[in-house]
Amino acid sequence: MKKLKFIFTLLVATAIFASCDWDNYDEPESFLKGTIVYNGEPINVSYNDVNFQLWEPGWELSYPINVVIDQDGTYSALLFNGSYKLVFPDGQGPFRTVGADTLDVNLNGDQNMDIEVEPYYMIRNAQFSTSGGNVTATFQAEKIITDADARDIERVNLYINKSQFVDFRTNIASTEIGGGDIADANSISMSVAVPEITPTQNYVYARVGLKVAGREDMIFSSVQRIDL
Amino acid sequence: MKNKILYILIILLAFNWGCNDENFLDREPTDILLDDQVWGDQALILSVVSDLYFRIPEYQSAQGWWNFADFDEAFASNFGDYWRHKNNDWGYGEWSLWNYDYIREINLFIQKAESDLTDELDPAVKARFIAEGRFLRANAYFELVKRMGGVPLILEPMEYDFSGDASYLQHPRAKEAEVYDFVLSELDAIKGDLPNDVNIKSRATQGLALAMKARVAIYAASIAKYGATTPNVSLPGGEVGIDAGLANGYYNQALTAAKELINSGTYSLYNKKEDLSENFANIFIDKANNPEVIFVRDYVQSERNDGRANNWTLWNQPWSGAEDLEGGRTNPSLNLVQSFEMLDNSFATFQTTTEEGDYIFFDDPIDMFAGRDARLAGTVILPGSKFKGKDLDIWAGYQLADGSIVTGDEFGQRKVLPGSETPVQVVGFDGPIDGREFSAQSGFYVRKHMDVNTGSGQRGLKSDRWWVRYRLAETYLIAAEAAFELGNAGDAAGYMNTVRSRAGFTTDLTADDITFDRIVHERRVELAFEGHQLWDMKRWRLAHIVFNGEQADLTDQPWKADEVSTRVFGLWPYKYHEPGSANDGKWIYKQVLPGQVTGADRFRLGNYYSFINDDIRNNNPQIVKNPNQ
Repeated sequence: MKKLKFIFTLLVATAIFASCDWDNYDEPESFLKGTIVYNGEPINVSYNDVNFQLWEPGWELSYPINVVIDQDGTYSALLFNGSYKLVFPDGQGPFRTVGADTLDVNLNGDQNMDIEVEPYYMIRNAQFSTSGGNVTATFQAEKIITDADARDIERVNLYINKSQFVDFRTNIASTEIGGGDIADANSISMSVAVPEITPTQNYVYARVGLKVAGREDMIFSSVQRIDL
Repeated sequence: MKNKILYILIILLAFNWGCNDENFLDREPTDILLDDQVWGDQALILSVVSDLYFRIPEYQSAQGWWNFADFDEAFASNFGDYWRHKNNDWGYGEWSLWNYDYIREINLFIQKAESDLTDELDPAVKARFIAEGRFLRANAYFELVKRMGGVPLILEPMEYDFSGDASYLQHPRAKEAEVYDFVLSELDAIKGDLPNDVNIKSRATQGLALAMKARVAIYAASIAKYGATTPNVSLPGGEVGIDAGLANGYYNQALTAAKELINSGTYSLYNKKEDLSENFANIFIDKANNPEVIFVRDYVQSERNDGRANNWTLWNQPWSGAEDLEGGRTNPSLNLVQSFEMLDNSFATFQTTTEEGDYIFFDDPIDMFAGRDARLAGTVILPGSKFKGKDLDIWAGYQLADGSIVTGDEFGQRKVLPGSETPVQVVGFDGPIDGREFSAQSGFYVRKHMDVNTGSGQRGLKSDRWWVRYRLAETYLIAAEAAFELGNAGDAAGYMNTVRSRAGFTTDLTADDITFDRIVHERRVELAFEGHQLWDMKRWRLAHIVFNGEQADLTDQPWKADEVSTRVFGLWPYKYHEPGSANDGKWIYKQVLPGQVTGADRFRLGNYYSFINDDIRNNNPQIVKNPNQ
């Protein structure tokens, strides 16, 4: 009897240990990383707003994996190895896709992949300066798409914030010029007064954004730290 | 032994004999009713159709106060709901609906009501049941098209043939305009079979068919007209978006239906009380001979939480006079309160300080709201007013002359003021206390739909007041909007003035006064807390402009339709304390942003038509995605 009990205990214990191996799948282990670029230059957008979808064909039911693009245009996704189809949903981003609207991605181990797109505008030579409690930005808005798809500038904004997240949602001050009021797109200058910051902080982050008429997402310059 | 075999044989034979009876296994069920039992009996058919009425999908209603805090009408004074003011975006799946199980049951109802099962009934009764089924189906499709755009129009109960291939059951989405046209034509077709009786409120009537037709047509018209401003919110197949050329046709339909209802004289605006604010509040709680209300969801008092009793009063009663251990949840925002005009047709925001920066003092807190639209006090419980005959106690603390504030963090807390030794009450029993649930954190409580009967705020009883879905004043405003859009501002002014004179306005608006902003504004104040806001903002394509995600300050132009309003603000009264001064004991006000409001609402283009989830599209690959998601 005692022996039997011992054997049973052993059996149960083995069963428990053995099951640890059974019910665990391998975790995804391959990184797909890269940047959304135009001619090699990253496209800056607002956080959590622009995304693309990865679809893995071959399954009975298909659900997309949404990959969100970071402020500076980079993205990264941890995935299983396999072949995916990369699609930008309609209306995403301040750009249009180049060539085919679906990209094939064969993932086998970590992979770096920059995605080339064509923005409606690019913000060039953004310079920030500070004087007398104001932050001033000068930049050029270069029209990239000039064919039938060309769109106007709805407005340009200068945003400043305490942290590195700078856009229309998270800012402590902003200023705006409507698209019709831009005299020369090659030399836009705008400035904003820095409000009082609590707790005191002797620097802010700034960037300028451009809203393309009829597109939801804005394109930005890169975020810059400005010492006051 | 031989005997034994004989016995067994006899028993077996007995069984065999029993089995011979053909009907032995064919029994009448005792726990369900069969088709021919149900469909031969009017009372039973009524219970089937009332279940279908009971399941009408709704978004903002008495069933959920919290949805009124989703936009800028109200602050949610409840611990579990502060997130509504901290989030920024609405998910694309928000307001999504795909209730084809409900539509199937309605289709079955219509099929059986039309079949020979009901031949025994009086033909008029039979026709009425069929018409009610078709009304419910039209309403279900209206609820779907508001949220999702064009959806598959399934008008018969579909059966699966177990062949292993279900693709014949898959139907593509109809055009958005086709769904609206279907609803409009159904309402026309059934109108004649419905009774024309002002006292039928919870079942379909001719008045309802007209009121609903006006509403459906004005939605389609404004989507056609204002959809042109958001060309991205459309699909190439027309499943989303209506051609701008159709706008005038829909406006005409809306105007015709609204006029027919108004001119029929069956309904009239509620005008029973001398006090215009009380009169306005009474529209929603007077169940006896109410001439204005057209269609409601009715309730009874009940201790159960199964949706048969109205919780609104329990949820929202002022804390100082609460009949149970809860209340005060829906706090109307200053954004809404300041939208109510002055009685001379002018707009004014609330001034709390003079130009020099000194406080403006009031002898009574209610004086701040003097001279405004009577609908304000009928919609909102204001500081210094009464509810259920009891004075409200809304004040945030003592303002001392040196600029400091003495207040508490418990309802009606007592503290010692400087220069005194006896503790006194330093904050109201209704708050406002920032972050304290059930206190009036915006400075206001909601008055609309609040039952004034004793006991209506008790969990064990709750309220038997109804939820008003259609009322005549909305039809007047639809007539005004349609007439205005068709270029007849004079008629529009007439319809608006009828509604406005009931609210105490004595100077009529003229044709020149009627603008799009006026129409939007009138609906905002007349129909606040009646579940119109989301659909209105969507059909005018204003939602992405007004809720644009920027941390905007409170607008000082409440008459403008496209002013940004992403956060809810409050207006708090304080008692002024400066012994010896003439102002001691008077009241001042301060505009506040409740501490829980950290996010700013952002309505993305992809929110205009809700996400059709991947399961639905996996099951039926013919369903196309909504735009911008």
